[in-house]
Amino acid sequence: MSVIGVEGEERLDYTKAESAQIRRRSLRLLGSLLFPVRWSVVVAMLVVVVSTAAQVAGPALIAYGIDKGLPALLEQDWVPLAATGVIYLVTGITGALLIAWYTVLSARISQAVLIDLRKRVFLQTQRLSLEFHESYTSGRIISRQTSDLDAIRELLDSGINQLVQGLLYMAFTGIALVALDGVSGLVLLVALVPLLALTRWFQVRSQHLFRQSRTASASLIVQFVETMTGIRAVKAFRTEKRNEGVFGKLVESYRLVNARVIQLFGVFDPGLILIGNVTVAAVLLVGGFRVADGQLAIGALLAALLYTRRFFDPMEEMAMFYNSYQSAAAALEKISGVLEEQPGVPDPVTPVDLWTSKGAVQFDNVQFEYQADRVILPHFSLTLEPGQTIALVGSTGAGKSTLAKLISRFYDPSHGRVLLDGVDLRDLHPKDLRRAIVMVTQEAYLFSGSVADNIAIGKPEATRSEIEAAARAVGAHDFIVGLPGGYDTDVNKRGGRVSAGQRQLISFARAFLADPAVLILDEATSSLDIPSERLVQEALQTLLSDRTAVIIAHRLSTVAIADRVLVMENGIIVEDGTPDMLISGTGRFARLHAAWRESLV
Amino acid sequence: MTTTAPQHPPHSIPTPAARSNTFRTLLRLYPYAKPALPRLGLGMLAALLASLVALAIPQVLQQLVDGALSQGDTAPIWPAVLTVLGLGVLEAGMIALRRWFVLVPGTHIESRMRNALYARLQDLPVTFHDRWPSGQLLSRAVSDLNMIRRWISFGLVLLVVNFLTIIAGVVILLSMNWILGVIFLVCSIPIWIYGYVFEEKYSVIARRSQDQSGDLATAVEESVHGIRVLKAFGRGSFALKSFASQAEELRGTEIEKARAIAGIWLWLLLVPDVAFALCLVSGVWLTSQGQLSVGELVAFFATATVLRFPVESIGFLLSMTFDTRTATDRFFDILDTPNTITDPPRPVTITSPRGRLAFENVHFRYADSPERFPDLLDGVNLVLEPGETMALVGLTGSGKSTLTALTTRLYDVTDGSVTLDGVDVRALRRDELRRHIAMAFEDATLFSASVRDNVLLGRPEFAERSPQADAALAEALQIAQAAFVHDLPNGVDTLVGEEGMSLSGGQRQRVALARAVAAAPAVLVLDDPLSALDVNTESLVEAALRRVLASTTALIVAHRPSTVMLADRVALLEAGRITAVGTHSELLATSPHYKFVISSLEDEERRESERAGEAL
Ligand SMILES: Nc1ncnc2c1ncn2[C@@H]1O[C@H](COP(=O)(O)OP(=O)(O)OP(=O)(O)O)[C@@H](O)[C@H]1O
Ligand SMILES: Nc1ncnc2c1ncn2[C@@H]1O[C@H](COP(=O)(O)OP(=O)(O)OP(=O)(O)O)[C@@H](O)[C@H]1O
Ligand SMILES: [Mg+2]
Ligand SMILES: [Mg+2]
Repeated sequence: MSVIGVEGEERLDYTKAESAQIRRRSLRLLGSLLFPVRWSVVVAMLVVVVSTAAQVAGPALIAYGIDKGLPALLEQDWVPLAATGVIYLVTGITGALLIAWYTVLSARISQAVLIDLRKRVFLQTQRLSLEFHESYTSGRIISRQTSDLDAIRELLDSGINQLVQGLLYMAFTGIALVALDGVSGLVLLVALVPLLALTRWFQVRSQHLFRQSRTASASLIVQFVETMTGIRAVKAFRTEKRNEGVFGKLVESYRLVNARVIQLFGVFDPGLILIGNVTVAAVLLVGGFRVADGQLAIGALLAALLYTRRFFDPMEEMAMFYNSYQSAAAALEKISGVLEEQPGVPDPVTPVDLWTSKGAVQFDNVQFEYQADRVILPHFSLTLEPGQTIALVGSTGAGKSTLAKLISRFYDPSHGRVLLDGVDLRDLHPKDLRRAIVMVTQEAYLFSGSVADNIAIGKPEATRSEIEAAARAVGAHDFIVGLPGGYDTDVNKRGGRVSAGQRQLISFARAFLADPAVLILDEATSSLDIPSERLVQEALQTLLSDRTAVIIAHRLSTVAIADRVLVMENGIIVEDGTPDMLISGTGRFARLHAAWRESLV
Repeated sequence: MTTTAPQHPPHSIPTPAARSNTFRTLLRLYPYAKPALPRLGLGMLAALLASLVALAIPQVLQQLVDGALSQGDTAPIWPAVLTVLGLGVLEAGMIALRRWFVLVPGTHIESRMRNALYARLQDLPVTFHDRWPSGQLLSRAVSDLNMIRRWISFGLVLLVVNFLTIIAGVVILLSMNWILGVIFLVCSIPIWIYGYVFEEKYSVIARRSQDQSGDLATAVEESVHGIRVLKAFGRGSFALKSFASQAEELRGTEIEKARAIAGIWLWLLLVPDVAFALCLVSGVWLTSQGQLSVGELVAFFATATVLRFPVESIGFLLSMTFDTRTATDRFFDILDTPNTITDPPRPVTITSPRGRLAFENVHFRYADSPERFPDLLDGVNLVLEPGETMALVGLTGSGKSTLTALTTRLYDVTDGSVTLDGVDVRALRRDELRRHIAMAFEDATLFSASVRDNVLLGRPEFAERSPQADAALAEALQIAQAAFVHDLPNGVDTLVGEEGMSLSGGQRQRVALARAVAAAPAVLVLDDPLSALDVNTESLVEAALRRVLASTTALIVAHRPSTVMLADRVALLEAGRITAVGTHSELLATSPHYKFVISSLEDEERRESERAGEAL
């Protein structure tokens, strides 16, 4: 099993090579995110360098003040002391101002990185095929875009500050210490050895746990999202208690991973402090004797001690930085996996433009299956003439929607080609494809937002009057103006604010507004009452006159407006002809039609 | 996806809060934190000890520098080094203890709150879920609670400890030399003033930022759930545009937040530096006057240096506290939402329901419906006798689905009552009511589980595999004509994909129907259950359903004459009332509206004759 894309994402037993491969990919991503803001990063770093230098000057100035200022003052010479005081003040103020500036600067950088990453993942999500979404589940992709991004935000927000500042602080203090007293510097150098060893230990252990933590939080979100999406069914079938059990288990396993990370950190952090304190004692020991010998000024020893302590002061923050870095790295790994995923229905490399489409659709030796071992549409060829209205009928599960999804390129056929005006859909420019072919899916999904916004998805630049015209044409206008806010009424999530039939009308208006060359209606009127359906059908007669249309419907009334009927059984088109011809024959459609007539009153 | 600014119901950008308010809000975490309090207390103690130890180290240094070293005596060096070492080990040990005491209980608090939130959300009525954008719920359940956990186990402890450390440090400074101490203290006054300003400014931004992240999560969620529509219209990049503009808003807020933080940071860095400079000058002067020894001066600075980090840390600890406060507000936004549909205090039970379902003068209006509109259901009276099958017919948007939702209290009537066997549905526990009445919704709402689990969802007793469970499953599938499931790759154990999306529309609908049937209720409520079926399958399902319906009361929403055929009687919903009840043919004969709603025959005949005319 490879670890390319999201494959093996939930695994925990990566080999060394796989682990390295994943890390590399996420570092590459990080690099590409930081590249556009590199100059800001440089400026920010400079600011920090200067401000940290200003801060680090503190102990040296104090030492100077005591060692030089005091004797001078005893001689009634105020100058050295006053100068030290003023310099101290100036460096302090400069340092503080710069740090404040830096805080805003670094927020700019991290927000720029985040927004870049957000957009990339969002766009990638939209590019990935339905096949991917069906197996990956919405909850996981949502968790990638929410909780994983949170982890990265945490790192960027506080982490980078801590890192840059901490590292510089340590570097400056280290240098200052060496300059002040080489021997103490040497002691510090020795202390770095256990420091690095401890850090490495933490890295190895925590990497594994953080990966687990990302996976655990994703499963949590999957369960959460699914429950909230299906809340009606949850209530109606009384699954609340069972769900609580399932969710509780997920919460607990997430908690356990977190607790383990924290425990690990609980060893790492005091470990660092211990190393720091031991070093201070060592500096004192080494320095104490030299002061007694007169080799070292008292002020210098004091400064050395202060420096040593200060060197380790940012340790806790650095440890925290490292912690959030590890957490963010794990998140970045998952995100980079999603970004690495190749769309199953890729955009063409050299797209063919098709400015105006005639609407001729052709299936050329097509075969299709969702999963390798279950062929849904066995090998077939079919031509839909431009301008024709085709009724596609057949029993449920026959493969009608599947055929429609091939035309609108939700999927690519596993064999053969689907062509529009002689161009393989795989080569067609996505913009042209979507302009030419529009499908109203069986599930009428509305976004939260106003009715007008929802209809405008068919044509984002549409004016309000165009939107109203579209709604009028499909007979939706009347009910829309009856809503409390008319076209501006918020339809709530998934269009829960309007009835099922109203949702279908809005989806229909959307397609009408898009005005494509090929229109596919998949059970677009199944939830409508008969009078509304009748209105829609009348609208269709004018609407469809100059375009190719595929209408999938179980209510055969639609057939009346069709030029051609295709009857589908088990993925095979078993009958094909004009409605009259088929009705007057003795085939399946004739029987179907008779049964349907029977069912009317 | 919205191009208008997204609305979230709580609208309440909190009014700039007083300090006590933050405190009171955070105090509300008490019930969840209670079990962890002893350990939290111990953790603070350990942390305090650690800080005190850190403060003690300079004292030892002073003793050494002042005493022995200044006289060139080497004897006390070793003991001093050992003391410093011992204190250093103690400090590390205390910090380890603090983490051990505090951090793990913090995760328990988070879990408890998360489970409570989830349970609460499941309990809140459908009206709540209609109103609340999904991302707002998700961001509360994940990021907000994460934040609260980190604050309790980290921020709170450090805040308390650092405050105490600062106080202790200042006391030590004062006792060392009161003049220097006072200088230090006076310099810190601006911090306190700024702290108040900061809270007001920051809390508002923090709330906005959290709400905006919630909206962003909503946008993400909708872009994924609505991916089919976005793909069908090729609107991926359009969606990106509106997503990006929302993300930009969040970015703006975050930068504003950073500005606020930069403001307080500035003070927190500035003040110690100014104090240090002043103390340096006056300290050296005092020393020159002989009021202070060099060692004391050194110790003073060493102590003051130890205080630097606690002082600086107050900045992010405060912002973290205010972030947590708004996160807590957001958490309680949900927990405080009154549940309007609850179990009665003294529930009635119906041991063996007969299934008489009656609507008595039922009124219902959605909360957001303006005054000028009449009630959506404006006095519905309808009785379903036990075992009777009633079809409910009405125009699109007339309120049929709403009426069906009243039976299991997904919504509660605003007036009148729905009764089951003479008992008001509000007098039953919801759990029991929903056992007696099972529903199939107009959209299938399946879960990403196996066919089996989906169908047996209403039968928790069949969670384990057993012959009875298999029999119930097989029967339900047979009635719903869902034999197709046996052709799926893993038969009834095939996963149906999220929301059943790997099934065809009609397949999904039949599984949902099987689910309602398998619940073996006294009353079946089916909302347009056959809309996605072809004529043949429809009549097969009808034939099979008839057997069940012979003994079960059923309310079936219907748009087609063929579905109406299932029913013993038909009720016509018109302008919020049931205007006619009778058999199909009776109503056809007597009710013009019924004829208008249900009959497509004339229409067909007109078409046929037109076509015949053309043929001539
Ligand atoms: N995403 C998918 N993954 C796997 N199998 C699928 C998927 N979608 C559909 N199928 C299967 O493909 C077959 C054809 O489904 P399709 O949706 O094309 O039927 P249909 O003719 O539209 O039926 P209906 O009238 O019920 O909508 C069904 O057996 C279904 O289970
Ligand atoms: N959650 C809601 N909040 C406010 N109004 C709503 C809500 N749900 C539905 N409505 C409104 O109430 C009316 C009745 O809706 P309902 O879903 O009951 O209709 P219906 O009779 O089932 O229609 P259909 O045949 O299309 O399914 C509609 O006008 C709709 O706009
Ligand atoms: Mg279909
Ligand atoms: Mg309805």
